Amino acid sequence: MDDALPPAQHDLGGNPRFRCVPVEPDVDPPMDDFGKRVDALRVVLREKGLLTTDEQRLHIEGLPERDYFGLTYYEKWLRSITAVMLAKGQVTWDELK
Amino acid sequence: MSTPYKAPSAENIALLEKLVAALKRRGIVTEEEIARRRETAERASPETGARMVARAWTDPAFRELLLRDGTAAAESFGVSMKGNPPLGVLEDTAEVHHLVVCTLCSCYPRAVIGYPPHWYKSAAYRARAVREPRAVLAEWGTVLPAGVQVRVVDSTADYRWMVLPLRPEGTEGWSEERLASLVTRDHLVGVALPGATAGAAAAA
Repeated sequence: MDDALPPAQHDLGGNPRFRCVPVEPDVDPPMDDFGKRVDALRVVLREKGLLTTDEQRLHIEGLPERDYFGLTYYEKWLRSITAVMLAKGQVTWDELK
Repeated sequence: MSTPYKAPSAENIALLEKLVAALKRRGIVTEEEIARRRETAERASPETGARMVARAWTDPAFRELLLRDGTAAAESFGVSMKGNPPLGVLEDTAEVHHLVVCTLCSCYPRAVIGYPPHWYKSAAYRARAVREPRAVLAEWGTVLPAGVQVRVVDSTADYRWMVLPLRPEGTEGWSEERLASLVTRDHLVGVALPGATAGAAAAA
């Protein structure tokens, strides 16, 4: 390991940036409709062999920092699933415009 | 920076519908398939994990199975683990307490605990659980007895973890169902410890 290299943006274990941020266990809104639908779509695509966890992670961890920390959790999933479907030619840009 | 709950943007809500419409047009997914998977996900809840813990507290053979092969133990409760990574179960003792985190993303044994809570996915939890676990536990009001070690375990995309907490004192002779009523999601992740009082209230 080269200690001089900064960790990737998703590698948050021990990251001092969040050292003084409380975890806020009380902020726990119910899962919204959007998130449930994205999650269900993920499972369907996984079962059809069109999406793996690693493909999904790759496109989340590769998001620009602004989006990685700015988008909601399931927005990041959607962006990732969309990227995988585009890369595999299952959908086209024109259909998503 | 905290990550408080936000609603998805109108742009992404529209993107989701365009993506689903395109996949449906090509015969890749159907609305029924999405609805079915959503129902399965909504059915998954910490009650399943709680029942597994209560069984382990009362049935030594099941406890042995749970600690050896969490996936098989979950399937014996009727949970389909197909497509899910293996489930490992961490046994708390009088000397060691376990805390589960996913520092890289948000890996969580959804099949036996349900959707992960917002805080589990937060940058603050992911960053701090491994650096200062006792400070994080204190935010739940959880203070471990002196001399108890904390072992923090990282869930990953390939292996998911759940905690088997210590059976609370004062629960001798309780039924499995009553014991299960003591156990919450927070106990299964390890940020809190079950106590006999909550279950007594629930059983009343």
